[in-house]
Amino acid sequence: MDPLVDRLDRIRGTVAPRNHNARTIAALTSNPGCGRRGLMDAAGVNKGAVAGQLGFPAGFGQSRFAIARGNAFEAQVKADGAAELLQLLRERLGLAIPEVAYDDLSNVGGNASREVRYARTKALLARAAADRDDAGTLFDHPMLRLEIAGYYAYLEPDLIAFRAGGKFHVVEIKSFAVIDGQADPGKTAAAATQSAVYVMAMRELLAELGHPPETVSHEVVLVCPENFANRPTATLVDVRKQLTVLRRQLSRLTRLEAILDALPAGLSFDLAYDADQQPTRPADELRKAVSTIDARYSPDCLGTCEMAFFCRDEAAGSTSALGRSVRDDLGGVESIGTVLGLARGTLTPGAGQEEIAGLLRFAHKLRTECLDGIG
Amino acid sequence: MSILTALARAEAVESGRAQPLTTVRHTHIAERPLVLVPLSLAGEAAAPLAAIVGTEPDQPRLLVVANPRDRTQRFDFVAELARVVLSYVDGCARSVDTGAGGTKLRYAEAPQVIVPNRGGIEFVRLLGRSTRFRRPFGPYPVHRTVPILGQWLTFLRERADHPGSSMLLAMTEVLGNHWATGQSGLEDANLAALLGWIDPPGGLDGAAAAALAEDPLRSPPAGPSTDPTFDNEILAPALAAVARSDSDDFARERALAALTAAVADQMRPTWDLTWQAVRLLRGRPAGASVEARWAMDRDVFTMYHMALAEGTALPQPRRDSAVAAAGRLDRLEREQARYDAQRALDDPLVMAEFRLSGEAFTGTVVAASPNRVDTSGKKAALRPHITVQTEDPVRLEPGALLVSPARLAQQAMVVSVSSVDVVLELSKGMGRSTKQPAPGSVPEVGERVTYGPVTDAYQPPGRFPSRDDTPWTHGGPPPAVEYGPSDNDAAEDWS
Repeated sequence: MDPLVDRLDRIRGTVAPRNHNARTIAALTSNPGCGRRGLMDAAGVNKGAVAGQLGFPAGFGQSRFAIARGNAFEAQVKADGAAELLQLLRERLGLAIPEVAYDDLSNVGGNASREVRYARTKALLARAAADRDDAGTLFDHPMLRLEIAGYYAYLEPDLIAFRAGGKFHVVEIKSFAVIDGQADPGKTAAAATQSAVYVMAMRELLAELGHPPETVSHEVVLVCPENFANRPTATLVDVRKQLTVLRRQLSRLTRLEAILDALPAGLSFDLAYDADQQPTRPADELRKAVSTIDARYSPDCLGTCEMAFFCRDEAAGSTSALGRSVRDDLGGVESIGTVLGLARGTLTPGAGQEEIAGLLRFAHKLRTECLDGIG
Repeated sequence: MSILTALARAEAVESGRAQPLTTVRHTHIAERPLVLVPLSLAGEAAAPLAAIVGTEPDQPRLLVVANPRDRTQRFDFVAELARVVLSYVDGCARSVDTGAGGTKLRYAEAPQVIVPNRGGIEFVRLLGRSTRFRRPFGPYPVHRTVPILGQWLTFLRERADHPGSSMLLAMTEVLGNHWATGQSGLEDANLAALLGWIDPPGGLDGAAAAALAEDPLRSPPAGPSTDPTFDNEILAPALAAVARSDSDDFARERALAALTAAVADQMRPTWDLTWQAVRLLRGRPAGASVEARWAMDRDVFTMYHMALAEGTALPQPRRDSAVAAAGRLDRLEREQARYDAQRALDDPLVMAEFRLSGEAFTGTVVAASPNRVDTSGKKAALRPHITVQTEDPVRLEPGALLVSPARLAQQAMVVSVSSVDVVLELSKGMGRSTKQPAPGSVPEVGERVTYGPVTDAYQPPGRFPSRDDTPWTHGGPPPAVEYGPSDNDAAEDWS
């Protein structure tokens, strides 16, 4: 067995690796400098469970209204062999799609195992890619996979891949509204990154079959409800930038040896589940284990990483806990105590700190002078 | 952000309390603001679920939609909200400002709508967008007040983009402009946590109060998004109970009461916090130019109110044309510059930002020649020189023009800068005499003075082509037909 995978297995402990999905893979790109997150994700550690055992449970819930609405919209777009979707692709994107075949890959002859479904997806896409004529085909629920640090992460996108004009396109259906041509920028960006994961996985699959990457278009089709109605609208989104970022992050993940070499040999995040599936690992011990790897906390983590509340607590008293821009404004000085010491002149600046110390002293003087006598 | 703000955040961490970023309040707080705490249904583009609205902290008015996905019920809710908002807006137009002078009419009041956070402003925009094109006739008729509410909400949302306008305020942003907390800006978007740092409840320090505020059970989110756990465990069963009880009046009444109580529990803490913040802000003295900016708001309100009444209000299209958008951006930029300048002149702590960068300085006058006359030109002119000793790191070039907050009408030009002092030549604002400046108009030896580059003087607007000359880079001239909302817009699907 690959020694790296073996090592990661030991770090994770006795449980099966946590499955990645497009959302978690996309999240890998949000704080690439964080060693703790990189390692835990690579090892497939259940970060939510670890954070809970450490006493910092993360609240990443989703409202059932949002889920219901998402499912209803998706079902509507895909109804009747994706009739609405086809019409959109023809009218909005001006794609010349003649008759189309529709293949649902969600289960294969009653067998829904991931490997079987992946093989079936591969076989169908292979046939479509080899096809010279331009018959369009829609593939619903394809099963894709990506290699993440030695493991295959299976991706089960709620998407349709379609082929027309010799090219595959990824269609992502999202239920946030596009109002007067504008959508929530955060949600759009997240959707683009997730689509990029699918594009990448599809390209890998087709590369195995000997097709060049351009076979899968870098333009994904984003389908959203228009304005306040349920009527769908389609937009082409260029995900080349997201693909580059993703590729870079994934290649970094496989270079974990450097991080691993510096760690104590027996390190493990095993929660030691008992027969009742209750974690029994003492929190103190787990805390020590987690703390051996450096994190790079920033407030943005709160929205993307299950470990964030633990890391925030750990980062208390550091300038980075106040946000990256604050830290930069303070000249990158690490500790809040040092900042205040330099500002008040009770600390002598270290090498390289002279300039920021001068500014801090002046800023402190200005604040004192202006606030003197005011609450 | 700047090093001054960053340092204030560091101080807040150490002291466990938010630190002031200003010495005065720069935002007008009306005598009777309308506080609006909205909730919307997760997953929908703009489906209002409930709102608390009112002008008195002890008289919250609660509006609830029993079935947020039902078009009729939604518009019933909007019509009810319209009654509250429109009577408030019209109430502001009841008396005229008699002190304004000139021939221009200006109402004595203007509406001030306060929402808890940025999401509340987005709610106002979406609700405005989804209601202003409706019609009281034709397909899907609505109550006649619905499109009027839409126009007012759209108007207010547009004003919120104008720097210095106080007609639609997100409370977290107003507080964040005045205090620095010991947490990040991202965490400041939580009104309860932010107020926990500024005004912690008895005995707690800011960090502890903010930690409590993050617990959705203890302090529910300030909306419009609801807590997912609340959605799944309380709201969903409550809505289902209402839906089930359709045929049974008694059961329906009970189910509605339960739903109302559940959403009220979610909104009431935010309502109280928003009013607590209003009181806190009122406790701070207003900056000198706050009143002038509010007068500007009242002017804009007066014009729009009269235009609506006369039917001459400009249409509020879905999207601006290229020329209109460019003109608007230019206006916003000039307003931003003016707002920044006014705040600096009103507030030494804002001016300190300029001192930090060496563009402004404070010091003591050590020499003055108030009667110096410049005879080099055609006409002799009074041009006093003063020498200001300062410890600030001045980074100004000779020839730079400055102004002092104490003498706004006077211009100062930098003559020379040394490591310890600055020599300034003064002009204007010294009376009519060409030999003797008016008493007190020239700083005397020993006076402490501040000079900075900012001025709130009028800046001419940018020049843009007419609509018909819109360049091809911006899509060329728009279609000849002037855009106006049509009956087609009114028939827009709404689900």
